[in-house]
Amino acid sequence: MENVRMIEIKEDIMADNNQVAAGVRERLRGQKTMLLNLMSSPGSGKTSLILKTIEALHNDIKIGVIEADIESKVDAEKVAAQGIAAVQLRTGGFCHLDATMVTQGLDALAKTDFDLLLIENVGNLVCPAEFDTGAHRNVMILSVPEGDDKPIKYPLMFSICDVLLVNKIDYLSLSDFDMAAMRKRVLALNPKMMVIEISCKTGAGIDEWISWLKDEVAAFRLA
Amino acid sequence: MHELPVTESILKIVLAHAEKNDVRRVMTIELQVGRLSDLEDEWMQRYFDYVSKGTPAQGARLKIERTPIRLTCNACAAIFTVDAASDINRPCPHCGEKDVTLVSGREYFIKNMEVL
Repeated sequence: MENVRMIEIKEDIMADNNQVAAGVRERLRGQKTMLLNLMSSPGSGKTSLILKTIEALHNDIKIGVIEADIESKVDAEKVAAQGIAAVQLRTGGFCHLDATMVTQGLDALAKTDFDLLLIENVGNLVCPAEFDTGAHRNVMILSVPEGDDKPIKYPLMFSICDVLLVNKIDYLSLSDFDMAAMRKRVLALNPKMMVIEISCKTGAGIDEWISWLKDEVAAFRLA
Repeated sequence: MHELPVTESILKIVLAHAEKNDVRRVMTIELQVGRLSDLEDEWMQRYFDYVSKGTPAQGARLKIERTPIRLTCNACAAIFTVDAASDINRPCPHCGEKDVTLVSGREYFIKNMEVL
């Protein structure tokens, strides 16, 4: 009988992504570009929020967008229609963006003079939480129709983000969404989370979001 | 949900080591997976079986050990472990500090493999 040999490997498959992510953060830090990774379920309003953000800020700061989608490029087309540099990454079935894909996005944008780059991650509350994209800030959206129990179901996502935008608050009167209970659940997971209630449809709360974002971009440039 | 990229990455590393070491067949692969991963052992094995078809790693068994989620306190530098993703912002059990940083728990570490 053949001898079974033991081969030591000692390699971490995430080490590669973590290294690329650190490289992305450093590269953009050098260009004074803040990278913001936006995550949420499908249909909670990522593209609407990006369009609102562009509308509010495009005169003051230079914005670029990296769109990730499993198949289509409709989101990038909507953003580009606003006269904003946008690149669409088709993940080809992958459920999240990793730092290597973000690097490809940066190269495809071909410009480096952005103050703010927004990543619209794949609509999914599970996988994007596990993969570092190289972003300086992680922001997530939870929309009212999704329910107030999502922090319990997807704790990792709620634990790794800096800001939670609760979108579609214009639906609150039609729903049994318990905002106080939701806030309590989120803060138990992540005491540092900033929670902002918004409606991309009515514009409620958008000022607060824009003001947070402006301050962050300004602080990033000075750092 | 990201079993495919994860198992493909594992296979890539395994095959690179297999080639270097003149391996005819990979029998078992020992992995340490951080508790922050939501991948189930059974599904990782199924995906691995799929991606490894026609390679020397076809039929290899994944032996998966779950490793703890470790946090470090940014005030007293203590390192402590927690059980679940819902605990990764828990205050330091030694000094009560809320500013803590994740040290490990996301890894997919390939320890070794048994080969012919």
